[in-house]
Amino acid sequence: MKSIRLFAAWLSAALLMAAATAQAQGTSGQPIKIGIGIAQTGALSGGGKAALVALQLWVDDVNAKGGLLNRKVELISYDDQSSPAVTPGIYTKLLDIDKVDLLIAPYATVPTAPLMPLVKQRNLLLMGNFSFQVNHTVKHDMWFNNAPWNDASSWSDGFFSTGGRLGATTVAFLAADQEFAQNLANGARELSKKLGLKTVYEQNYPPSTVDFSAMIRAIRAAKPDLVFVASYPNDSAAIVRAVNEIGVGPSVKLFGGGMVGLQFTPIMESLGSMMNGIVNYNTYVPGMDYPGIKNYFERYSKRAIAAKVDPLGYYITPFNYAIGQMIEQAVTATKSLDHKVLAAYLRKNEMKTIVGPIRYGPDGEWASPRVITTQFRGIGDKNVDQFKLPGKQVILSPASVKTGEIVAPFEKARK
Amino acid sequence: MDLLLDAIVLGLLVGCFYAAVSVGLSVAFGLLDVPHIAHPAFLVLGAYGTYMLNRMGWDPILAGVALMPAFMLLGIAVYRFYYETFERRGSDAGLRGLAFFFGVVFIVEVGLVMVFGVDQRLVEAPYIGKSLAVGDMRLPLRLLVAFAMALVLTIGLSLYLSKTFTGRAIKAVAQDETALRLMGANPVRIKQWAFGIATAVTGLAGALLIIVGPVEPTIDRVYIGRTFCVVVLAGLGSMSGTLVAGIILGISESIVLTLLGASWAPAVSFGLLLVMLGIRPQGLFGR
Amino acid sequence: MKTNGYGFWIGSAVVLALACIAAATIKNEYYFFAAYIVVQFVVLATAWNILGGYAGYVNFGTSAFFGVGAYIAVMLIKWMNLPLGLQIVAAACVGGALGFAVGLLTLRLRGIFFSIATVAVTIILETAVINWRFVGGATGVQILRPPVMEPFDSYTKMLFVCAVILAIIAVAIARYIETSWIGRGLRAIRDNEEAAECTGVPTLKLKLAACAISGALMSAAGAPLAMYQSFVEPASAFNLTYSVSALAMPIIGGTSHWIGPVIGALLLGTVQQVVTVTISSELNVLVVGVLLVVFVVGAPQGIVGLFVKLREKIKGKNI
Repeated sequence: MKSIRLFAAWLSAALLMAAATAQAQGTSGQPIKIGIGIAQTGALSGGGKAALVALQLWVDDVNAKGGLLNRKVELISYDDQSSPAVTPGIYTKLLDIDKVDLLIAPYATVPTAPLMPLVKQRNLLLMGNFSFQVNHTVKHDMWFNNAPWNDASSWSDGFFSTGGRLGATTVAFLAADQEFAQNLANGARELSKKLGLKTVYEQNYPPSTVDFSAMIRAIRAAKPDLVFVASYPNDSAAIVRAVNEIGVGPSVKLFGGGMVGLQFTPIMESLGSMMNGIVNYNTYVPGMDYPGIKNYFERYSKRAIAAKVDPLGYYITPFNYAIGQMIEQAVTATKSLDHKVLAAYLRKNEMKTIVGPIRYGPDGEWASPRVITTQFRGIGDKNVDQFKLPGKQVILSPASVKTGEIVAPFEKARK
Repeated sequence: MDLLLDAIVLGLLVGCFYAAVSVGLSVAFGLLDVPHIAHPAFLVLGAYGTYMLNRMGWDPILAGVALMPAFMLLGIAVYRFYYETFERRGSDAGLRGLAFFFGVVFIVEVGLVMVFGVDQRLVEAPYIGKSLAVGDMRLPLRLLVAFAMALVLTIGLSLYLSKTFTGRAIKAVAQDETALRLMGANPVRIKQWAFGIATAVTGLAGALLIIVGPVEPTIDRVYIGRTFCVVVLAGLGSMSGTLVAGIILGISESIVLTLLGASWAPAVSFGLLLVMLGIRPQGLFGR
Repeated sequence: MKTNGYGFWIGSAVVLALACIAAATIKNEYYFFAAYIVVQFVVLATAWNILGGYAGYVNFGTSAFFGVGAYIAVMLIKWMNLPLGLQIVAAACVGGALGFAVGLLTLRLRGIFFSIATVAVTIILETAVINWRFVGGATGVQILRPPVMEPFDSYTKMLFVCAVILAIIAVAIARYIETSWIGRGLRAIRDNEEAAECTGVPTLKLKLAACAISGALMSAAGAPLAMYQSFVEPASAFNLTYSVSALAMPIIGGTSHWIGPVIGALLLGTVQQVVTVTISSELNVLVVGVLLVVFVVGAPQGIVGLFVKLREKIKGKNI
């Protein structure tokens, strides 16, 4: 008797699972559905939430204009919890149950990577969303990344070319032992080797590091010309503070490079003048003018404040809006939702977006990368609005968008 | 050699900070045997409370002190609930209590995300961002503040526990609850008072957390391992031991970082804990 | 509990057959992606319960075993491209050895001290993997899936059936332990270790066996992750979520009976999957927290305990 009851328990448990997942929804609706899994919780949720606000803004814009191919556009989004274990499930749900017409990749590399075999196998167009070299092993020809970089060196190129012009011969590396920071640092190490710089200090620190005073002290003692830092948001703020307290010494010509977080408004606001002189990568700063971008930020800002995300959103959000624009341009031009047709169009044509024209290389990354290298200048304390002004982050490189010259050494630039 | 000396001094300061964020747990877990895995989450709660008051112009330490009564009440309420649902029912309080506090961790984290968003928060104070020059050394003032606070907290608590009547009762309840009951004291009330004090101290330590570095809602996870490491290394319920254990952890991390590389620091400090547990499970200053 | 196990084996065979039929007939891959995660948690929860539920030693380091399993698989793929089956077997062996080592800690550590030691083990192992460049270090590693093996038409379905087989093995082992002298010994340890030792229970042997078996199963559950995600990275492979879920699921289901972790994992795992694609916000983290609190407060013996109580009530009325 008992064993039968247990068997019944087994069975009912299995049925429970089946019933709960089988809440399929009807398909064949009128709107064009675009699916995305994007971090609303976990480590990537800061960027993910802001990105979603921008995408939704595009959806509303395109619907206000009458939609695509005379159909309304609908964005279906799920939270990937910043976890690669969650994305495969979410995207198969989007594809097989929600029957979405188009896909946008999750924010950042880690959740995107598990998706690549799936889209390759099913021959799907995937619009990349700030990931790095994720197509590197899979080599899918229907992948197009919105982020303005291609290989690892495209982030730090500006930093090292500027350093080279200043006659630097030695370099110190400080990098977080986490995925994105290590990718950044690897590119930087290659570039530094090419330039023939001597590495006088190298430290990979764990993500749980509480205080950086000892590391900054050691860098100061190593007397490098360049200090390349690849750090995550929490650490970036802590490092900037430690530098302010301890100082990196008069030898240092450039400090910064790959500090994630110094693009985020809440962090910039609270660090204020401590950031002066730091040379860092970015994707967009005020002063870079492309058609429609001013108007975009005005509208984004309103929604961002309501959604409690980065109120300025220069770093990530315009590129997410650009994903929408690229879809819009490709669908309108080809009058098709066929992934092959759209991918062919994206590969061959120049995309017009609020972050400027984009052309794609064979690997689906920007043909000519445009990661900008900027220097913080004349930043005051407790003032959000200053970051809306051009000139607070002087663009040193690339030449096409350059707005000023470097002030070096670092200590001088801090005054 | 200079660098090593620097590393030791900075490790000492950071270690005191570790001790300060662990003393609350040392009382709650070390003395009262409550598997308080939500301790770091309460710490972060204190940090956000401090952040809010700081935005209104309060000094962070003053804000931390101002938070203490509220945290005291929170602690009493939490212990009361824990006692009614787990300790009184007896069996298996450990495992279920643990699971309960894990649930509390998630609820606190999500609550913070909903109210403050996921971005990092910092506070401002005259002593943040400046340093004290001692010879060639530069000591960040915020770490010196943490150092001083750690001393005040641990010495204050250990004096309280050894000199006052209630303090001694708390120690007694940790040692022999039945005996205390026979003497006519109510152990539950004493424990709830002690847990309240532990939580109040945690609130103040939360202010230190945000003084020392930026805080985001899920940063508590970094501190789960560290705070329990300090408390166990110290020997349960020893306040002076907590201070010493924190310093050992801070200095060993800092030396490993300087000599071997920072990426090995967590492995070394937790390896230390494992060895300690293997050789002397009762901790450095254990009973 | 009668040891007559026909019902169990028939039930298991039916579950496996259903899984295979599902793999053969259902085209929609989503169900398999989602179900794989749920079944993986059945293995983890069952494995956790062997040590945590029966012997009362609370392992906080499920993620350590899980991550080690995943990285053993990565290592074997990078090294000589071994097939999935061998990856799982190798992961189970390493996990078992690691479990044995953790078991040695129980010589001196009881209660929460043991739990803290497992946290320390997790941090040490994660740090070691981060510093191990061969398997990608902190940046993680991408893996190309080999072509799918006959008779399956998709790799995910194969992984799903694999996970179901693992789950059946895990449950069968747990059930065997529970109903045999090993389980009685472990329960004696949980209730009073000194007394058990005095009455001649070989406590150390039993604890070591429980740790090794539990560790082997956890690592085996981690091995297919490499192929499931085709990308492995330390922060997510060693994620705290696995430890918390592996502990929460048996507690919600009930730790005293082997069906408890299975029910807990199916329930909580399914709720998580459903919530992921319906609520999609902070609230899905909240669901786990609230469920945990509600169950430990309201139903200390888990769902199994509720059933038992209900049955007693009905019986009481009938008589």
